[in-house]
Amino acid sequence: MKVFRLSQTELDNMVQGWSQNRRVYRPAAGRQQSTHADCAPGWERVAASTPLTLPPGPSKTSVKTFLFPQPETMQTYTLKSSDPDKGLMKEPQKATEKQIIVGLRPCDARSVKLNNLPFQEDPFYQVNLARTVMVGFTCSAMCATCFCDQMGGSPMGTEGLDIAISQVDGSFIAEVLTPVGEELTAEIRLTPAEDSEINALAERRKNSPQADFAKLDVLKGRDLNTLYKAALWQTLGESCINCGACTFNCPTCYCFDVQDEVVRGQGRRIRYWDSCMFPLYSLHTTGHNPRGQKMQRTRNRFMHKLKYFPERYGLFSCVGCGRCVKDCPVNIDIREVMSDLLAVE
Amino acid sequence: MISYLPYPVRIDEIKVETEDGNLKTFKLVFENETQRKAWKHVPGQFAMLSLAGQGEIPIGIASSPTEEGHLLFTVNRAGKVTTALHQMHMGERMGVRGPLGNGFPIDTDMKGKNIVIIAGGFAVTTLRATLIYLMEHRQDYGKITFIYGARTPGMLLYQNELQEWAKRDDVDLHITVDREAPGWDGLVGFVPTIAGQVAPSPENSVALICGPPIMIKFTMPPLEKIGWTDDQVYLSLENRMKCGEGVCCHCNVGPTLVCKDGPVFTRTQVRKLPVEY
Ligand SMILES: Cc1cc2nc3c(=O)[nH]c(=O)nc-3n(C[C@H](O)[C@H](O)[C@H](O)COP(=O)(O)OP(=O)(O)OC[C@H]3O[C@@H](n4cnc5c(N)ncnc54)[C@H](O)[C@@H]3O)c2cc1C
Ligand code: SF4
Repeated sequence: MKVFRLSQTELDNMVQGWSQNRRVYRPAAGRQQSTHADCAPGWERVAASTPLTLPPGPSKTSVKTFLFPQPETMQTYTLKSSDPDKGLMKEPQKATEKQIIVGLRPCDARSVKLNNLPFQEDPFYQVNLARTVMVGFTCSAMCATCFCDQMGGSPMGTEGLDIAISQVDGSFIAEVLTPVGEELTAEIRLTPAEDSEINALAERRKNSPQADFAKLDVLKGRDLNTLYKAALWQTLGESCINCGACTFNCPTCYCFDVQDEVVRGQGRRIRYWDSCMFPLYSLHTTGHNPRGQKMQRTRNRFMHKLKYFPERYGLFSCVGCGRCVKDCPVNIDIREVMSDLLAVE
Repeated sequence: MISYLPYPVRIDEIKVETEDGNLKTFKLVFENETQRKAWKHVPGQFAMLSLAGQGEIPIGIASSPTEEGHLLFTVNRAGKVTTALHQMHMGERMGVRGPLGNGFPIDTDMKGKNIVIIAGGFAVTTLRATLIYLMEHRQDYGKITFIYGARTPGMLLYQNELQEWAKRDDVDLHITVDREAPGWDGLVGFVPTIAGQVAPSPENSVALICGPPIMIKFTMPPLEKIGWTDDQVYLSLENRMKCGEGVCCHCNVGPTLVCKDGPVFTRTQVRKLPVEY
């Protein structure tokens, strides 16, 4: 593995160099300039003028927007009667150009791997995954809302990243972790890090909170129906207003809806983020709704993350980024839900 | 890799099935010969019917794999897509994506056993596929009992076929309607009652039950009374679904995905799940 040391200017030059002939995105600095239609809220294309400094904690919106964008066109078609192809569904040309995401945190990098479990066979996700390069920033400090360590990650984690950048004593140490990362760093002349710097980084990593899921792993062995019937859902369901903010900002909420959209005879079938907090999500055409009550929907979200997903894929569907904790208007905290669940007998 | 791209098909025939006109059977033929040949399904599976500009809906495959060259779907007019489908004409193009789901265990648990099929209302569609398949492979199965009920004689699907099947001596057919009706000289009574009267002993047998939840609920006690157990009974669940491939999450019942793990489950499996179907 190659390790380099960069100053702030060198880091900015490197990233801006990439942006000359590639799409490079970073968490939006200050108020977002919506000049690039291909860029999701909370992110912006790297411009020559803004130095790459990041506030602590994860970006406002998660990295899932690059791998699982909304809307995503699944098919296109024409409805014009004169066209012999009327009603014929066609797959759109898939984007293949590389996109480099700079400044995601270790939690978001892990979310990409977790989402890859359900999307293993999904053609759109896989194409996006193959064209995305992830240049992450490790965390020197955890925010009050961060709990990545409890979910099997860590603030200094590198899992899922192509390049991991850590701030050490006023400069940046870049660890190049994959062949793609090597390709990117090979383009520029960089100073290899000194052994002392590498050691300092290792020391930092050793002293940072380590992945610890032993406590939560207990949940995997608990009886599903006992957890499902626990009294805590009633209380939780009463305060949740089913706004869905948590699901949209969650990096590992991945469900989607599919709709047709037609403009002047040209149609497309699109998918976009949905939320199990909404009654329409599960409503049958007959009017019957298996999760017709608010409480049932709140329960579904947490049970999916902490019990259903692990049962299918072996891992919790949560990376501990804390966005839901920050964004919930009624202050629901998944960490409290977890400890309440652990207390269920 | 999953393909979300529907196969183009043409509507070859439309048959109004019921007196209220709300159920129609669509016979679909593939536009592309290679896709027609590649299509292989088992009874109990479903497909996504795709209408450009309207959307996609999951519908059980009503034709048996032994009816080659086309697919049949019987569709109840209910909401947006089904209403648009009911307005389509012969020769028009639409799409089919599938086959999806697991289907009935025709080659495993059902092989060599007596089969009891119990259907209520228009849930009979995939059971039609099953019965035709069983009759085509008659020697592979034991006694076949087919119990089917609708509200009125005019609401029975596949009426011509019911008459044909009634003539066969290798299928025990019991068709019932809820109430007496002019011109009807067949059975009268709800499906659970009839099932209680005619269901054979559970020995070396498997039951497939599809119908409204209330019918399933009341059909079980008479069966249990004569010794049927939950793992001999197969049900088919319906939940709202979007992708049909186990990705979009819409149809989840606890950790189970109806589209992928089902739609066919044993009653033992269903009873272990949270009641979210
Ligand atoms: C496995 C399976 C097998 C089935 N087999 C059969 C069968 O053999 N025959 C049969 O008749 N039925 C069958 N059904 C039921 C059938 O799928 C539904 O009746 C059908 O989906 C209704 O579609 P609709 O568009 O008419 O209804 P709607 O209630 O209008 O909507 C259903 C779909 O329309 C879209 N939609 C409509 N309104 C909205 C909105 N406000 N917001 C977002 N989306 C919206 C969505 O795509 C939605 O999924 C089956 C269902 C399942 C799960
Ligand atoms: S953000 Fe809070 S109130 Fe809104 S749906 Fe999520 S848990 Fe409920």
